[in-house]
Amino acid sequence: MAEPLLRIESLAKQFGGITASDDITLSLEPGELHAVIGPNGAGKTTLISQLAGEIPPDAGQVFFAGHDITALRPDRRAARGLARSFQITSLFPDFTALDNVALAVQAQAGHSFRFWRDARRDPALREPARAALAGVGLGDRADTIVSAMSHGEHRQLELAMALATKPRLLLLDEPMAGLGPEESARVVTLLRGLKGSLAILLIEHDMDAVFALADRITVLFYGRIIASGTPDAIRADAEVRRAYLGPAAGGRDG
Amino acid sequence: MTARITPRNAAVVALLIILALVPVYCALTGGTFALSLFTRIVIFALAAVALNLVMGFGGMVSFGHAAFLGLGGYTVGILAKEGVGSGFVQWPLALLVSALFALGVGALSLRTRGVYFIMITLAFAQMAYYVASGLDRYGGDDGLTIYHRSTFAGVIDLSNKTQFYYLCLALLIAAVYLVSRLVNSRFGLVIQGARSNERRMRALGFPTFRYKLTCFVISGVLCGLAGVLLANHTDFISPAIMHWTRSGDLIVMAVLGGMGTVMGPVIGAVTLLLLEEGLSRVTEYWPIILGPLILLVVLFARGGIDGVLARPGRG
Repeated sequence: MAEPLLRIESLAKQFGGITASDDITLSLEPGELHAVIGPNGAGKTTLISQLAGEIPPDAGQVFFAGHDITALRPDRRAARGLARSFQITSLFPDFTALDNVALAVQAQAGHSFRFWRDARRDPALREPARAALAGVGLGDRADTIVSAMSHGEHRQLELAMALATKPRLLLLDEPMAGLGPEESARVVTLLRGLKGSLAILLIEHDMDAVFALADRITVLFYGRIIASGTPDAIRADAEVRRAYLGPAAGGRDG
Repeated sequence: MTARITPRNAAVVALLIILALVPVYCALTGGTFALSLFTRIVIFALAAVALNLVMGFGGMVSFGHAAFLGLGGYTVGILAKEGVGSGFVQWPLALLVSALFALGVGALSLRTRGVYFIMITLAFAQMAYYVASGLDRYGGDDGLTIYHRSTFAGVIDLSNKTQFYYLCLALLIAAVYLVSRLVNSRFGLVIQGARSNERRMRALGFPTFRYKLTCFVISGVLCGLAGVLLANHTDFISPAIMHWTRSGDLIVMAVLGGMGTVMGPVIGAVTLLLLEEGLSRVTEYWPIILGPLILLVVLFARGGIDGVLARPGRG
């Protein structure tokens, strides 16, 4: 069997007495869109942070493209093609939108020990950044300072930055959180267009979007995988309905 | 962007013209006091520009930059006492010593952030201070008189006060130009990105530590150069140059003038040292006036004097 792009083996993480990840094992094929859903506090963001390298797991391993990356620093993982977006917008507020994306491009353009040339006039950085901005529908906002942009625009910018690093695997932490229906629809269209060309691990509470986009869905409940399978299988799963999709569900992460 | 005539640009140009004309003024009036004062101002402006590279652009508040003034100065002083008077030896060695110190201090202190970074840089500077105080052969607490300024045979005569002043001014302008290129380069954007959101920088794939360390070393070398100039200017070096209040002065200069721009610290150094000079003639309790003035700038003019000048231009 061919090695999957991402393989997570028995990942475990505890914070004090709280189990955030409990023996999580799952894999992503190249080009697959894999959604992770679950109620608040299920450990979804903790999972992403462990995959991105910001939180070390207590036990278990993470393999990316066949290599064990469990001990790698976040910047090393990013250099290998693993990009993340943040649930709580994480940008450079004093810079323009274009500056933000250009930094993402620069991150993948070799080392930055270049001291003389004006990076803001470097077409090798600015052109791909403009294209990435246009790709998420922010083409006409390139020169706007980020702190003056709306929440919805920040979410789109997050996405543009993650994409500008040309990742092989995109970790998306609630890209639609706080978006209006129109903006959400735009993100869904964008993700559908990306599907196939790169693997995406998507955390999202918008179930319409999840079931429309995902090839496979994994359901987390108190850090443990209670179900994993195709959207149809998940929809039919009795335990999932009871734990999450049932009438009592519907809360959102802050 | 094209250069426009804004109040800020006008002020910067006026400042440079005034700085360039100081020796002319002295030649016309026959006094040398202004020349000496402005030499000192220009040297401290260089140190403040150096500090602001790490503090204003890199977000690394170093409370120990006076150590570099001392390292540069003591290298010149010690070599002079040991009979090595050539600037071609003294100056590169002084910059090398500053770079190595910055490398060591930076490698340790940059693993921390915020108030811990401030305290560690302060601690290293205090160590340097006490080491200098213990150098009995080189004057200990009393300091060391430098009988001959660095010699650059056939190039420039530093004992000529006008030539020395113009050298300091040229080095300041060169440093300002260097830093302004630096902060807009790829390297500079990484430094500024790390100030703004280091976690995000790492997630994008930047190994931020090595860039910050490089920035710290460049800043240390520039500040060491200011120390070299200062020792040559005063013909004297003592541990007092490394006292923590000196590091504080440099921070005040940068904050007062404006940390957001390369020229801000120059404006701050000129303002602070002229105010000190002027107020100390009016009253011996001049810090009572200076303190509240600085407070007002910090409270009501976040971008410093430079920020206030730039505001109308931004529209």
